[in-house]
Amino acid sequence: MADVPAYHSTLQTPTLELCSSPACIFWPPLYLPSYTSFGVDFYVRQCENLTQALFGVSLRPKVNVKLLEYQAKGFFDRADIPIPQERLVLSGAQARTAAQEIDLPCVLKAQVGVGGRGKAGGVKLAHTMEEVESHADAILGMEIKGERVERLLCCHAVDIKQEFYASVTTDRTNRTLLLMVSPAGGVDIEEVARSTPERILKIPVDPLLGLQAYQTRRAAMFLTQEKDIQKQLASVLAKLYKMYVANDLSLAEINPLVVTNDGKVIALDAKVIIDDNGLFRHPDFEGYRILSADEKLEQEAKGKGLSYIKLSGNVGCIVNGAGLAMATMDLIKRYGGEPANFLDVGGSSSPEKMIAAIDFVTRDRGVRSIFVNIFGGITRCDDIANGLLEATKDAPLPLPVVVRLTGTNEDEARKMLAGTSFIPAIDMADGAKKAIEAAGGR
Amino acid sequence: MAIFVDENTRVLVQGITGRDGLFHAGKMREYGTQVAGGVTPGKGSQTVEGFEVFDSMHEAVQRTGANTSVIFVPQRFAADAIIEAADAGIKLVVCISEGIPVIDMLRVVSYLAKKGTRLIGPNCPGVISPGKSKVGILPGQIFAPGKIGVVSRSGTLTYEIVSHITKSGLGQSTCVGVGGDPVTGSNFLDVLELFRDDAETEAVALVGEIGGSDEEEAARFIKQELGKPAVAFIAGRTAPKGKRMGHAGAIISGSSGTAEEKVETLNAAGVPVAEEPAQIATLLKERLHEA
Repeated sequence: MADVPAYHSTLQTPTLELCSSPACIFWPPLYLPSYTSFGVDFYVRQCENLTQALFGVSLRPKVNVKLLEYQAKGFFDRADIPIPQERLVLSGAQARTAAQEIDLPCVLKAQVGVGGRGKAGGVKLAHTMEEVESHADAILGMEIKGERVERLLCCHAVDIKQEFYASVTTDRTNRTLLLMVSPAGGVDIEEVARSTPERILKIPVDPLLGLQAYQTRRAAMFLTQEKDIQKQLASVLAKLYKMYVANDLSLAEINPLVVTNDGKVIALDAKVIIDDNGLFRHPDFEGYRILSADEKLEQEAKGKGLSYIKLSGNVGCIVNGAGLAMATMDLIKRYGGEPANFLDVGGSSSPEKMIAAIDFVTRDRGVRSIFVNIFGGITRCDDIANGLLEATKDAPLPLPVVVRLTGTNEDEARKMLAGTSFIPAIDMADGAKKAIEAAGGR
Repeated sequence: MAIFVDENTRVLVQGITGRDGLFHAGKMREYGTQVAGGVTPGKGSQTVEGFEVFDSMHEAVQRTGANTSVIFVPQRFAADAIIEAADAGIKLVVCISEGIPVIDMLRVVSYLAKKGTRLIGPNCPGVISPGKSKVGILPGQIFAPGKIGVVSRSGTLTYEIVSHITKSGLGQSTCVGVGGDPVTGSNFLDVLELFRDDAETEAVALVGEIGGSDEEEAARFIKQELGKPAVAFIAGRTAPKGKRMGHAGAIISGSSGTAEEKVETLNAAGVPVAEEPAQIATLLKERLHEA
């Protein structure tokens, strides 16, 4: 496998304009050994699993890079974890060529960041070349949970004897690494965790020692009694752990990890999430980001030192600190308004940042008023006031802006804003109410 | 008493020659904290704004007898700085720096446990025992000495809530910002254990947010072991569904990390949850009155 073009190296240029030709960089020939034989039990399901948006839960600025399946499989391939023969394709015609190379039957899988693609019709099995092309054409361009399918993975369909689940992740509560395996693979692992928790084996791994050989054996024995399969599984788990640590991942998951009828262990699906904090050690990973329109906006904001997430309401928010920003949104909602965004200007308060913040918030055409909520500790209120005045020096405010400034140098700030069109608020609650009213009421 | 920091706290500032390090070293000294000096490798043997600068933590600890450090170094040096502090014999490390890779943090936490060094943060505002000592970037003027222990995952939201507590006439025994990162040196549980044993702390205010399962763990502890009244605030009730994570957390801990679930769990443990920050003080007074 070492002499074939590196699979992963083609995955770092997400721009689709480059891909009109079948000879483009998205068309890497893969010559992986075939572990497959023709059988009946083809894998066509695509399960929701635990990785939907790992660590993305909080509105804190960390946006971990979540890879699409084909990108994740690139990681697996480099880690020497067996994957099916597959090609990334962008059209029905490309799918047909791919299917000729990797042999029928094929599974066509939509490459999207959202879960539930199987249920949405984004995964289809094809027995003939005609089906390959028609299924590919049907899935490409389809919308899955608001995400347009632009890429398709055409995989050789393998016959499945058994399906397992395996992952390495971080246990935040116990502050340790965790290897998880289950013989109930191929299904929603969260459901397994709820209904039959005894079918999941969780092995805490000391991050200083790393995964021990006995731990991989223990996991393998939990999955199967067959000695040969146990050996293959233990090897895959060791590689999965090594890959996790070496690449600063937040999650490395295989669901399902299958055993084929001829006794080979293969990772049929792959989920990889990269820890954003570790990105500085892997500058090349930045290219893995494939951003939606909203995420592009978030990325642009991040470049200006802002954490911005667009929502659907009409009260724009500009706040210092992620926790306070969330609490501000909550308060607006509580008083009957709808927050238009989450925006954390962070710790510093340069005029440039305030100008950028106002720019971002007002780009959203749904915004009818803005609530600037600042608790100045380290951030000085007079700096914020300066920024606001600076931001509106040349052009008048497009919308009513309610300003709450508490803390360091608040009196100076208030004096600076007196007589301007900024609407002062005495505290957070007062500010939220005034901003809702200015947006047109409840 | 108070927890973590008090009159006996002697602080070294790691990264004292940087902009933030120097600024906050000054602010801490102004507040009354004993700042013993600072460390910046390669910039030792000088004095900046009255602070003695050392090249290494070993040297600094030897020369000053400091027992605490606060870290302001850039992301890529922060894990190293924490380990250096622990190896130099520091008992409490407060890491303000953010962005430490999770794998590094796991290793740091595991190592510190063996050394018996406590870590607050990373990505935290620090810790303050009002009137005694402040280690970190919290704005000293909003705090007042008193009997409420405050523990929080955020920065400015903590200030917002503390300001309501102070305005209501209640002060704080100690206020701890544990940090917002996925893996932190101390979590709610670690801090609550100390509040339980602290005679000065009569009630606890817990400021949580969506994500993870720290609040659920805290609820269990409060119900079973705290033995003092507690109230809470949870930020992120309106966080958009699409932005939620929780899944891996859910498998591990059995919780989804949503605000509703946290509020429910806390209520079930007898912890009233404020609907808005201003209510925290009222809830505290009610609970103290009942107790």
